Amino acid sequence: MKKDNLIISKKKFNSRLIVGTGKYKSMSECAKAIKISGADIVTVAVRRVNITDKKKPLLMDYIDPKKITYLPNTAGCFNSDEALRTLRLAREIGGWKLVKLEVLGDKKNLFPEMIETLKSTEILTKEGFKVMVYCNDDPLMAKRLENVGAAAIMPLAAPIGSGLGILNKVNIQIIRNQTKLPLIIDAGLGQASDATIAMELGCDGVLVNTAIAKAKNPFEMARAFRNAVIAGRQSFLSGRIEKKIMGSASSPKKGII
Amino acid sequence: MKKKIKIKINGKINKIDDKTKLSDLVKNLKVPLKKVAIELNREIVDKKNLNRINLKVNDKIEIVHFIGGG
Repeated sequence: MKKDNLIISKKKFNSRLIVGTGKYKSMSECAKAIKISGADIVTVAVRRVNITDKKKPLLMDYIDPKKITYLPNTAGCFNSDEALRTLRLAREIGGWKLVKLEVLGDKKNLFPEMIETLKSTEILTKEGFKVMVYCNDDPLMAKRLENVGAAAIMPLAAPIGSGLGILNKVNIQIIRNQTKLPLIIDAGLGQASDATIAMELGCDGVLVNTAIAKAKNPFEMARAFRNAVIAGRQSFLSGRIEKKIMGSASSPKKGII
Repeated sequence: MKKKIKIKINGKINKIDDKTKLSDLVKNLKVPLKKVAIELNREIVDKKNLNRINLKVNDKIEIVHFIGGG
């Protein structure tokens, strides 16, 4: 099989699995799980430095940004101004232009606030950012994000951290059919097979955090997701059989004794 | 004795010498410069210019870095 890279804003990545770095018990657990997952891209959050406790370990000491692409996110932002401020700061830390925009609208269900998200995508794109956008699974909104210059469309499978898997496969398929942009399922996956389903729907990748970080064995779950994404991609590229209502025997009828 | 002023660093009030340079403050706090971004009164500061900025009363400084997140 020829090289099948994930390409985002002309940058090539080997792995189609993007992992989050939150919710792990420790930095070392997080770093090990990422290594096993084979991910080339990890999402990171921007927060205040603890200036009173200087001994607190830094993420960059555990995950080398020269080896793994940091994807700064705007998690915790509830309006455009907060999101813009966060990503401009992220860029200042070390020149990050590829970013994940996530503007939330509700503290309980964590659904994206799409009006603010659309506004922010447009502004950030004009400022030279390559914006991967967390969004709901609405094909019309996905189109609008594409029109204002999004670098990738990242619809949720289900609410963040819910582990429910893809709730609306039809919408994901409609979005897939209408866009050539990278389509990455972001949020809501619970187990490895959810990732396979996403890839079989033709998505370009998946973004997983809680399902790995909060699994009883995060390392084995990281491995499972790695394999699941590869399996799903191979299955998609292989062209599945048509669905039929009636049975179709696998063994030839000729020569039956 | 130098005059002390109150400033806010990451939301907490700190007392520092008047006209302390931002570069000296960051040095005293042992902030790893390459791994952070700094905002002064809501404006991002170019890290090359830290020694050109004298802090004044009620300045608000934010020093941020990357942590684990989804």
